[in-house]
Amino acid sequence: MYCHGRRHMGRLNYSGWRVFREGLRGQKGWAQAWRNPEPKSHYDVVVIGGGGHGLATAYYLAKTHGIRNVAVIERGWLGGGNTGRNTTVIRSNYYYPASAELYDLSLRLYEGLGKDLNYNVMVSQRGMINIAHSRHDMEVAARAVGAMRLNGIETKMLTPAEIQKRAPILDCSPYARFPVWGGYVQERGGTARHDAIAWGYARAADALGVDIIQQCEVTGFRRDAGGRVTGVETSKGFIGAGKVGMAVAGHSSVIAELAGFRLPVTSYALQAFVSEPVKPVLDTVLMSISSGLYVSQSDKGGLVLGGGLDLFPSYAQRGNVQITRGVLGGMADQFPSLGRVRFVRQWAGIVDVVQDSSPILGETPIPGLYINCGWGTGGFKAIPGGGTMLAHHIATGRPHRIAEPFGLNRFNTGALVDEAAGAGIAH
Amino acid sequence: MMLIDCPWCGPREQLEFRCGGESHIQRPGPAEEISDETWGNYLFFRDNPKGVHFERWHHLGGCGLWFNVARDTVTHRIYAVYPMDAPKPAIGKD
Repeated sequence: MYCHGRRHMGRLNYSGWRVFREGLRGQKGWAQAWRNPEPKSHYDVVVIGGGGHGLATAYYLAKTHGIRNVAVIERGWLGGGNTGRNTTVIRSNYYYPASAELYDLSLRLYEGLGKDLNYNVMVSQRGMINIAHSRHDMEVAARAVGAMRLNGIETKMLTPAEIQKRAPILDCSPYARFPVWGGYVQERGGTARHDAIAWGYARAADALGVDIIQQCEVTGFRRDAGGRVTGVETSKGFIGAGKVGMAVAGHSSVIAELAGFRLPVTSYALQAFVSEPVKPVLDTVLMSISSGLYVSQSDKGGLVLGGGLDLFPSYAQRGNVQITRGVLGGMADQFPSLGRVRFVRQWAGIVDVVQDSSPILGETPIPGLYINCGWGTGGFKAIPGGGTMLAHHIATGRPHRIAEPFGLNRFNTGALVDEAAGAGIAH
Repeated sequence: MMLIDCPWCGPREQLEFRCGGESHIQRPGPAEEISDETWGNYLFFRDNPKGVHFERWHHLGGCGLWFNVARDTVTHRIYAVYPMDAPKPAIGKD
């Protein structure tokens, strides 16, 4: 699996040696990383959405299940939606066993993804620390750590002194606006380069024969007399498909409406922020249980921040100033030395929030149309797992064992996986 | 940031308000006669349009009034503010 790039179109592997050689040859030997084909008239599988989940689905369809007559169709450009708009955090510190299994599969796949894709996805397991600011936060943290350890996810409680040692710039003084009572850490948590996830999956999927078709918007579905999907109408014409998968995050309700069904999803804007580059000041990911602020420092030196949702339905990929003020104010309070750091970018992604804050994986009411959505504010960390689940269901016609609790029918049976309460996800 | 025209207080900034989600949802019933599917659809399934959305807002930091708003979810333009018990207004495409 390391060298599949050689099998298609004679593409060479990326390696340290190649970087060195191209350095000597004036960088003239690099080839296009993936093709830019026109759509064929028919594919075995069409995946709607060229973000992380869609590209990963196509990759695992080709690699794991041998289904290579696959197209990924994307309205904009690869990874231009939430894949390029998140805060790049990866972790699996969830409460319920079903979620722990799903997210930890994802984290394990992330750990091996660079080699699997032959692409440097810059996974950095720098630890994910959740900070408690009160006795009640500490009780929540202890409960979460107990549940995670029962789920087999290694986490441990930290004292204020341990947190101060790991994050010297965090205000842990007795008079801090957000006093630090303690917290917990998942050492395997950390960050990955989000663009590289999209590009790495795209290159590896393309090498296995997947057509990646950008600037191609789905405008409708074509169905046979029995109601089964036979293809999609797009801005580049009709594309026939044996099966269709959709992984379109915040736009899931829009695609579902084209197909003629509803989802238990509401779309919200989630903001993120990047500061000017500063010297290395933070070598872990910090999340504040009370304020919802999370922060890490990128390899370029920029501080990457996120916070809570803009709590009204939105498809506008921009945020509102009161949330901006809350997130940046929280940062200035908790990291006084960063109070005068300037910010260079702010943006929002449109996230698909579900009542129980768990994803929706599997079949839709439309035969032949499969779905991967509902990751809400946490889709990036789930990309390898979400792609594996959707590919498995499309290829075998059955849900993966790990995906079984996450079917759309749980909203009618009542068997919710309520991570909104369990993991204290901030919405 | 939006300026929302509270029917009681007049135009105030969005900071004072909370969105209460989709409006005009009718509770099905009687409860013992409806299917799990109907009940699940009532509880969880929502209109989530990219365009005009009919939704409830609450003037939490003001007079406390609940009212309906017809708002575009892309531009955030507010087309209508109307009472909780009024039907959906017709919003023309422009």
